[in-house]
Amino acid sequence: MIRADRALEVLAPGPLATVQDLGRLGYTDLGVSRSGAADRGALRLANRLVGNSEAAAGIEITLGGLVVRLSGAATVAFTGARCQLTGHRGGWNSALSCPAGSVLSLGPPSSGLRSYLAVRGGLAVEPVLGSRSTDTLSGLGPAVLAAGRRLPIGAVAPGQPGDVDGAVDALGAGCELPAGTARLRLAPGPRADWFEPGSLGRLFDSPWQLRPDSNRIGTRLAGPALRLRPGTERAAAELPSEPTLPGALQVPPDGQPIVLGPDAPVTGGYPVVGVLPGADLGLLAQLRPGARLRFVSVPIDPRSATAARPR
Amino acid sequence: MTGWRLLPYGQSAVLVELATSSDVLPARDALVALGHPAVLAVVPAARTVLVEFDPDAVAEVDLQSLIQRCLSNPDRSATAAGPEPAVELGVRYDGADLESVAQQCGLPVPEVIRRHCAAEYTVQFCGFAPGFGYLSGLDPALRLPRLASPRPAVPAGSVAIAGEFTGVYPRSSPGGWLLLGSTDATLFDLDRRPPALLRPGTAVRLRQA
Repeated sequence: MIRADRALEVLAPGPLATVQDLGRLGYTDLGVSRSGAADRGALRLANRLVGNSEAAAGIEITLGGLVVRLSGAATVAFTGARCQLTGHRGGWNSALSCPAGSVLSLGPPSSGLRSYLAVRGGLAVEPVLGSRSTDTLSGLGPAVLAAGRRLPIGAVAPGQPGDVDGAVDALGAGCELPAGTARLRLAPGPRADWFEPGSLGRLFDSPWQLRPDSNRIGTRLAGPALRLRPGTERAAAELPSEPTLPGALQVPPDGQPIVLGPDAPVTGGYPVVGVLPGADLGLLAQLRPGARLRFVSVPIDPRSATAARPR
Repeated sequence: MTGWRLLPYGQSAVLVELATSSDVLPARDALVALGHPAVLAVVPAARTVLVEFDPDAVAEVDLQSLIQRCLSNPDRSATAAGPEPAVELGVRYDGADLESVAQQCGLPVPEVIRRHCAAEYTVQFCGFAPGFGYLSGLDPALRLPRLASPRPAVPAGSVAIAGEFTGVYPRSSPGGWLLLGSTDATLFDLDRRPPALLRPGTAVRLRQA
């Protein structure tokens, strides 16, 4: 057994760093958001690399800048948006064996937005409602990371895979962003038929740009205003709150859509025109403010249970 | 249930739109009682219920027929467990919007308080914040639109109204509802199981403190 009193100390958090696992599930009917890693695939990969359960808690790093010190020897992995790493000669998407006292420091990412740090044993902060994720909207879970914060590292469970030093992502599943305009799939939402046909056309024909006020609650897009069909404005104005899901594309009265993120409220009052498949939310989470994207229309294929299998 | 239709919600959820808000909780109960392993969550709101499912485990077309059958013949035994005891909240009617609500409704303040306390409420759904219950049953004479411009900070425990609902802010937050009063009740407590005092289906009575 590895000593349970090891910790990872945050020396600098960068622009925004939070503890995230795969989310706080099962409490949506009490008004509790799902939270969890914005790029779930990247967190899962980081955990696999160090021999953790995919659901273990790690750090979600926004735009690099994180500096941590390890109080004891530990195996870590970085995935997601690739940053310059100082403090270890190893690289991205691989298990790094680090001696006690190691200081690991990230520069800004060369592309992408969110990087993930997993540590063998997981971050053993106190779970809240079954999850160690920070909910930036409600404040549930651990506080947003600040310099000086000590995060305990969990004990390696019996039966967990053994030596993982040097494990690499042999499948190359680490996120590599497409150059240029990203393409995201969009399936029909419940109120798609409230929008004028021209606006639905523009939703798919126009490039959209990420606005700088995007965050874990919602990714805000700028582009041609999406307008309601005549006769549906009143219904939209009076739409009572509907349940929402991360990936839902809701359209406020200004016509500029917002993709709901992991920390979005579980109900919302704006019409939802479309919904991104779960498998595309990781790519969205890697787009920076100013990035361009296009939506590709995908049907809901009721016969195919694998049309949008989350990877 | 008087009527419903199924609306698309991407590739791993279906939105059930009910004809009336009073059908929402029976529909939610019936869908929960299904206990289908591919159904991951059933989330009620004002007039709709979201059914999240695992698209690897069930085809959407099969899930849709399942929902249709379930709502046509709801399992009555599912709700036979009996209602939970009603929650009673003591309310001090000291809210910043009490006078303005009385004026807009054309009622004296004591009559606003009497009507607000006399109603029998049910938590229809939770949203906005952890433990924020939307209580249906508000007296029609008290139905007013929310503030045009939300307050940046509403104190925790504020008892407020908006549209057809009344509710209590579990913690300090921005908010656009009209403030009638306040309560000392703890709406959301992580050390309590379940953490929310008000959950979908909970009956609520208000008493002037």
